[in-house]
Amino acid sequence: MYEFEYHSPHSIADAVTLVREADEAKFLAGGQTLLPTMKHRLASPEQIVDLGSIDALTGISADEKTLTIGAMTTHADVAASQIVRDTLPALANLASEIGDPAVRNRGTLGGSIANNDPAADYPAALLALGATICTDRRELNAREFFVGMFETALEEDELIVRVVFPRPDRAAYCKFANPASRYAIVGVFVALFDGKAQVAVTGATSYAHRATGIEKVLADGLEVERIDGVTIPVERMNSDIHASAEYRAHLVKVIAKRALSACLDE
Amino acid sequence: MPSITVTVNGKSVSAEVEGRTLLVQLLREQLKLTGTHIGCDTSQCGACVVLMDGKSVKSCSVLAVQADGKALTTIEGLASGDTLHPMQQAFKDNHGLQCGFCTPGMIMSGLDIVSRHGNALDEKLIRAELEGNICRCTGYQNIVKAIQQGASDMAVKS
Repeated sequence: MYEFEYHSPHSIADAVTLVREADEAKFLAGGQTLLPTMKHRLASPEQIVDLGSIDALTGISADEKTLTIGAMTTHADVAASQIVRDTLPALANLASEIGDPAVRNRGTLGGSIANNDPAADYPAALLALGATICTDRRELNAREFFVGMFETALEEDELIVRVVFPRPDRAAYCKFANPASRYAIVGVFVALFDGKAQVAVTGATSYAHRATGIEKVLADGLEVERIDGVTIPVERMNSDIHASAEYRAHLVKVIAKRALSACLDE
Repeated sequence: MPSITVTVNGKSVSAEVEGRTLLVQLLREQLKLTGTHIGCDTSQCGACVVLMDGKSVKSCSVLAVQADGKALTTIEGLASGDTLHPMQQAFKDNHGLQCGFCTPGMIMSGLDIVSRHGNALDEKLIRAELEGNICRCTGYQNIVKAIQQGASDMAVKS
């Protein structure tokens, strides 16, 4: 690893100040993407501001309408949380399928969404549920937050504090995982609010998106077969050694149908 | 340089580390605990898995400073004298290794599985839980058997 300056602040305000005043600094959350990326020199911040000592960034709570998860809460803690299992089990299931057990013990919700990997799982959940991302200075809805491949609406020194998820009537996440990395080749999160389906897709395009075509056909009725009639734009799909654009377009419908079935059977 | 204090295999150790020092480098190069291996160095292979406060982590993807104040268990901390830990013995009994490079990580992950899922483990669960540990020799068959037996023996012997 190349040399950098390390900071471990104890408050949100100190963390933000450290990044603001540095020439080139990055927040370090669980480090499961950033540290390997730095070893490859795909990122080379001169200063690292470790968020691990800021207690205000972790924790899980729920009320009748929402589930709130601190940005530094690990995937393992979300997966194992009785609160999440009771209020939004689809999210616990999603977290339990990220990476592998050791990665889940370090990787965090905030780190995942700040990175906005095109194949990450959490962005699909935030988009489908219409989650709110609370930072040190403002609140953003998921659709404003995710703006491009590895890009978010966050300013350089802006820190995610927590995410507030509206509690759906039912929800399910289903993914076709890359067998090596467990990243989603295609993942679909379906959430039902008052009989209306909200659907988001990850892995298929340059960043996760709401599947408005699928939502439209389901607005007329929540039958799984209706998804067959949707045309998925092949030209927008990712294409790589793992799956062609045509295959991903096919998978979007297959996985969306599985997710909706799981949602209806819940 | 930051000074950190960690408990390694039950003993308190202080060390001077750089911000960039990885936990696996602290263990191998400064503390000379070379049982923890570096395989891929990119958090894929699991050869570097150790327990930090009882939870499995890939020590190539944790900074040494992040372990400050925490308790670490490495493969060297398992046996008591000449008596192997039941999980180690199970790998020996079941021929759960060939070249042995991945074995320390496999055993530490095996202990993590037991801590979360108990002593009666089915094959499907073990295979799913070993997602982050790669073996290029064995085809996993005997590793899975070893973890199943090790988990069960830990209940008997503890």
